[in-house]
Amino acid sequence: MRLEAIANPTLARSIGLPVLALVATFVVGGMLAMLAGANPLLTFGLILKGAAGSKFALLETLNRATPLIFTGLAVAVAFRARLWNIGAEAQLYAGALVTILIGTKLALPGVVLIPLMGIGALVAGGLVLLGPVLLKTRLGVDEVVTTLLLNFIMLLVISMLLEGPLKDPMGMGWPKSEAIPRDARLPRLVEGLRLHWGFGIAILSAIVVWVIQTRTTLGYEIRAVGLNAAAARFAGIPVGKVMIKTALLSGGLAALAGFSEVAGLRGTLTLDLSPGFGYTGIVVAMLALLNPLGVVVSAIFVAGIFVGADGMSRAAEVPTYIADILLATALLFMVLAILLTKFRVLRG
Amino acid sequence: MNEIVDILISASFWAAILRIASPLIFATMGELICERAGVLNLGIEGIMVMGAFAGWIAVYAGLPLWGGVAVAMLSGMAFGLIHAVLTVPFGLSQHVVGIGITLIATSSAYYAYRLSLPEVTSPPRIEPFQPVDIPGLSDIPFIGTALFSQTPLTYFAFFTVLVVAFVLYRTPLGLALRAVGENPSAVEAQGLSVTALRMGAVIVGSGLMAVGGAFLTLSAFSSFFFEMVNGRGWICIALVVFGAWSPSKAMMGALLFAGFDALQVRLQQTSFGAMVPYQVFLMIPYILSILALVLMSRRANVPAALMVPYNRGER
Repeated sequence: MRLEAIANPTLARSIGLPVLALVATFVVGGMLAMLAGANPLLTFGLILKGAAGSKFALLETLNRATPLIFTGLAVAVAFRARLWNIGAEAQLYAGALVTILIGTKLALPGVVLIPLMGIGALVAGGLVLLGPVLLKTRLGVDEVVTTLLLNFIMLLVISMLLEGPLKDPMGMGWPKSEAIPRDARLPRLVEGLRLHWGFGIAILSAIVVWVIQTRTTLGYEIRAVGLNAAAARFAGIPVGKVMIKTALLSGGLAALAGFSEVAGLRGTLTLDLSPGFGYTGIVVAMLALLNPLGVVVSAIFVAGIFVGADGMSRAAEVPTYIADILLATALLFMVLAILLTKFRVLRG
Repeated sequence: MNEIVDILISASFWAAILRIASPLIFATMGELICERAGVLNLGIEGIMVMGAFAGWIAVYAGLPLWGGVAVAMLSGMAFGLIHAVLTVPFGLSQHVVGIGITLIATSSAYYAYRLSLPEVTSPPRIEPFQPVDIPGLSDIPFIGTALFSQTPLTYFAFFTVLVVAFVLYRTPLGLALRAVGENPSAVEAQGLSVTALRMGAVIVGSGLMAVGGAFLTLSAFSSFFFEMVNGRGWICIALVVFGAWSPSKAMMGALLFAGFDALQVRLQQTSFGAMVPYQVFLMIPYILSILALVLMSRRANVPAALMVPYNRGER
């Protein structure tokens, strides 16, 4: 077989194929549910109910979507420049760590602490990604492996700190940090509802990233480097510098997920802060076709599947891991569908 | 100091190196085959998880141990097939597909684990491979116990290196495989199918990765638990680079790496180790992998067509 570019794909093709990819994903999911001896439609119904069946469920979904918007944006920004940042998990924990350090060690009023923690996290995440990117631009070391390995290193660093200098003496022996003071927590978006300002900051970040990508020189340069780094260099774009700026932005965004989870939701730092938000960010970004505004929608969709699957597995005998399979399947079907909107398959 | 010398002269230390290196050698050879043919396989981590699970559950269900190894290999080949179809004929991003394969293989293994054993709180154990003494050689003092009293899968790992090296450098198939990773158009001009060669390499390579995973459950730990692969796949990708895409050098890399790993476990129990947080020791493998990548970056002979999809009729 051979691929041939389609000059003007029809609207039916550009929209129909991604929709088909989602349908195919749910067919696979249905078969998995049947494997577990459950009724597929009932299973999906329970997932939907668990994700959006009540005000509480919906808020829980938005809460879960918040860190995913940040990590999804981080991945979208980086992948656009063909910078394969698989280390959002490490950058998230770096952000959480700095948030805790500033929040618990500096005796300042909340109004000062909150922006300080946010900026600190932003810088820390950027710096964590800067290392692998410098290794890439200076020495040609593949950033996929270095960012992946940093995830493991960062978790061990956090574990070491939580059992050492950062350990909460009142923590009953659990590896857990002290809590940041009440007035340094992100306030609720609406009083009485369990949704904090992290969600608002996430939406704002998506808009800012969208503006950067579509309305600024940096956005243009990032796209040029991603499309063809050699051509961009020939056109006079400083590829190395663009990569570094991309890294600071991407790492910073991922770190804001850590800031938002700690300052908005948990108040403390533990080793289970992120159940793989960094890795899921890749799925979120790909489903959104790397579009920053699309990331918001896709993060809510992905969060809904996770929250819904939690609720579903309590009612039906289907393990929650079905959510992870569904999302990985969606990722693979979606990249294939997008390719097929632009190319047709020829025989021979 | 004396404590370190004591470690280095104990036969169990050297035996441990071979044991720790075995899963890495299988998976590194698998990744090396894929990359020599021009395809980066980031599915490695998930395929190892799947292999660890599939081999273990097959043996738990009553298959003999070698049957478990075969089941693991087949499970790896199945996910390798998905990776191959998406990255070779369709030419999709090998990074994105690879991460997707890792996610789907890992979650499928966990899903299948929960489905097959819904009730258990701790995973049941199987009777794993036992060490086999090689007649004659295992009686040699020190060296015998260190090198020739291993489980069959360890011997098999080193045998795999020989086979991979022989096929790559001494057979027409190996020549074609290496060429397809360097200059696919030239291979096509010879009347060979780039697609078939690359897909074959990814499928076989993925099978080997899964055997590496199965080593953990069938030879090392005798049961399956979450997070047991713990980044070994990513380390193997670094080892392929460190070994400059050569099977024998990659094997040496795996042994060196296993040496450091065996040493850090033992150092933790010394008086020096008691002063350092244990996390520092656990970090060493990952830091070493990054260092290896940095050291080799300047003189790596990367296959020229690695990560470059091939579309016939396009130049």
